[in-house]
Amino acid sequence: MIENRKDLLGLYDLSAEEIQYILKSAETMKYVLLQKNKKTPHLQGKSVVTLFYENSTRTRLSFELAAKYMSASAANISASSSSVAKGETLIDTGRTIDRMGTDVIVIRHHASGAPHLLAKHVKSSVINAGDGMNEHPTQALLDMFTMQEKKGDLKNLTVAITGDIFHSRVARSNIYGLTKMGATVRVFAPATLLPKGIESLGVTVCRTIEEALLDADVVMGLRMQLERQKQGFVPNMREYAAQFGIDERRLALAKPDALIMHPGPVNRGVEFSSFVIDHDNSCIDEQVTNGVAVRMAILYIFAHRGQDVKLPESPQRKENVR
Amino acid sequence: MSVLIKNGRVIDPATGLDDILDIFIENGTIQGMEKGLSVSAARTIDAEGLVVVPGLVDMHCHLREPGYEYKEDIESGTKSALAGGFTSIACMANTNPVMDTGAQITFVKSRSAAVGHVHVYPIGAVSQGLKGEQLSEMGDMKNAGAVAVSDDGKPVDNPSLMRRALIYANMMQLPLISHAEERRLLDGGTMNEGLTATVMGLRGISNAVEEAMVARDILIAEAEGVPIHIAHLSTRGSVELVRQAKKRGVQVTCETCPHYFSLTEEAVRDYDTNAKMNPPLRTAADVEAIKIGLADGTIDAIATDHAPHHIDDKLCEFEYAANGIIGFETALPLGITHLVRQNILSLPALIQKMTVNPADILRIPKGRIAVDGMADLTIFDASAQYEITKESIKSKAKNTPFIGSKVYGKVLYTIVEGKVTAWE
Repeated sequence: MIENRKDLLGLYDLSAEEIQYILKSAETMKYVLLQKNKKTPHLQGKSVVTLFYENSTRTRLSFELAAKYMSASAANISASSSSVAKGETLIDTGRTIDRMGTDVIVIRHHASGAPHLLAKHVKSSVINAGDGMNEHPTQALLDMFTMQEKKGDLKNLTVAITGDIFHSRVARSNIYGLTKMGATVRVFAPATLLPKGIESLGVTVCRTIEEALLDADVVMGLRMQLERQKQGFVPNMREYAAQFGIDERRLALAKPDALIMHPGPVNRGVEFSSFVIDHDNSCIDEQVTNGVAVRMAILYIFAHRGQDVKLPESPQRKENVR
Repeated sequence: MSVLIKNGRVIDPATGLDDILDIFIENGTIQGMEKGLSVSAARTIDAEGLVVVPGLVDMHCHLREPGYEYKEDIESGTKSALAGGFTSIACMANTNPVMDTGAQITFVKSRSAAVGHVHVYPIGAVSQGLKGEQLSEMGDMKNAGAVAVSDDGKPVDNPSLMRRALIYANMMQLPLISHAEERRLLDGGTMNEGLTATVMGLRGISNAVEEAMVARDILIAEAEGVPIHIAHLSTRGSVELVRQAKKRGVQVTCETCPHYFSLTEEAVRDYDTNAKMNPPLRTAADVEAIKIGLADGTIDAIATDHAPHHIDDKLCEFEYAANGIIGFETALPLGITHLVRQNILSLPALIQKMTVNPADILRIPKGRIAVDGMADLTIFDASAQYEITKESIKSKAKNTPFIGSKVYGKVLYTIVEGKVTAWE
């Protein structure tokens, strides 16, 4: 169960019960968040450090506010301004933070598996805030929270995840989470952006964007990064929008009350047209609010563990005889 | 000092010999080999129930000296080779500075003579500085003792340079060893492409990365009518390409490594950098094809690709970790465990791919047992089962995914020029 876990590294390893536990806790946190005075003492005396090796606005701020609303001490480290720039290893940086009495380290890193590496070498709980193309569990949890809030039981939902699946940690975490919760998951990506073996993950791989959208309850778009055209994945953004983008006409294929979601930041006119982004069914802004609630829940759950965790003896310290 | 090896099962694949014999060694050479030898020797080894084979030959390893002595050096690397039963090894040119001149070859040769525990045969670079631009001084390196040329670690990207290198190396009677990798198809890949990579969020390396280059190099060698050797085959497609080429009469030989017949990509789960290598570990279907290729003779040799790395080079994010694993001390047991005991190869066939075959490809007079020949021998217990432990590793480096594996086949004695090292 979740209370025995030191770290939140991804949804791949979590059970449906654990996911539901987090979502349930987030409901309480959302209630707190909607009060005029949001300050609670839940994490009084706890410390949370966000260690970001990649630029981020919303995820980082979301974690920081979540920590502060619950009275934790929160501090930020970014790769450009720290010893990271001087060539310190991830493990050494992590160990330094750990020794300052940290309870939770929230890490974002461009290399897949970096949080897993860090988690093995620190006593603090490690929360993955996005690692490479691997996972972004808190994003998927806030997505599922939003779906559940708006649509009820995830089991009855058909969710269409569309766009650059290949490079997307959001897509991976959502696929793991949603399939575990019993939702029907469809994916569509331009063929160059479809990762190998994805069909084995319990999703339906659609050949066209239209097929993915037909009668969907949830339409999720993913950010199409501009550099992908230079890398030859797609010809250009114009072609992308025309062939794969979701506009008024394509949105009409989904259920009339279909939820429109996007992890942000959105490229207007590329993956979604402005009509779609600003649609009444769009809950992109609400996702942001729910992100804080979900992260409050996660920090609350994990800040209370990790103090008595025994680490294996570090092989590096022992063998560093270079 | 004289040595008498009594009642061992002597296997010499070069002659097809497989019999219970005694071997008498004096002054570093084999003086006698027959049943029931009655000579007195300073030392007698009771080899009853044990296997006596030519000292193993590894045609592909990295000793890291000069330049990367913190990973491994000639002394520690050859010690590891000795412990694995290897008495002759060929080391790759990607040292620092790169072995691309006669002087560099001379350095490694003389250093090996001074501190090495086994015979070391340097392999020179194909291109100067491994840059893939200009041919290295192959004639000079040949004269200094290089046995082959290879840019191993990197492919020769430019097909035109590869063509000239093949022609020039052939003139110098140097085999050319191709590290087959089409880097323009790599797309940032760090492990095998497929479901496992997708789930780990890592960019994958398609089989075509290797096969495109295997195909290219075979075609160039075929067109020029010159020999080529392909290093570390890892995919089913590569096996098939070599098989077809051999049928057409192309002078192509190839090797694989123990990890490509004993592990799949699953070994990198949980971002285990000790299973990160290039080419990457592949799927079960590839492992199966490698085994069939070994059994039908498509794959001529088993090489270790011993690639020692310091823990600092491995204990980091998967994408940044160095490629490669150590291999000397696990090669023979992995061959016995995964090939002989699974009836893929007979024991003599396995030994052939680890002795006379690689020696013949490198054109060195090794990998045989003959009266009056140099006494390079390895004695092992093929049925001994044990667990590979970190503590037992003689290499400076410990980067292997096989720690904790249970294997069969234990080297008990390695004899180099008559000098016996006992391991128990």
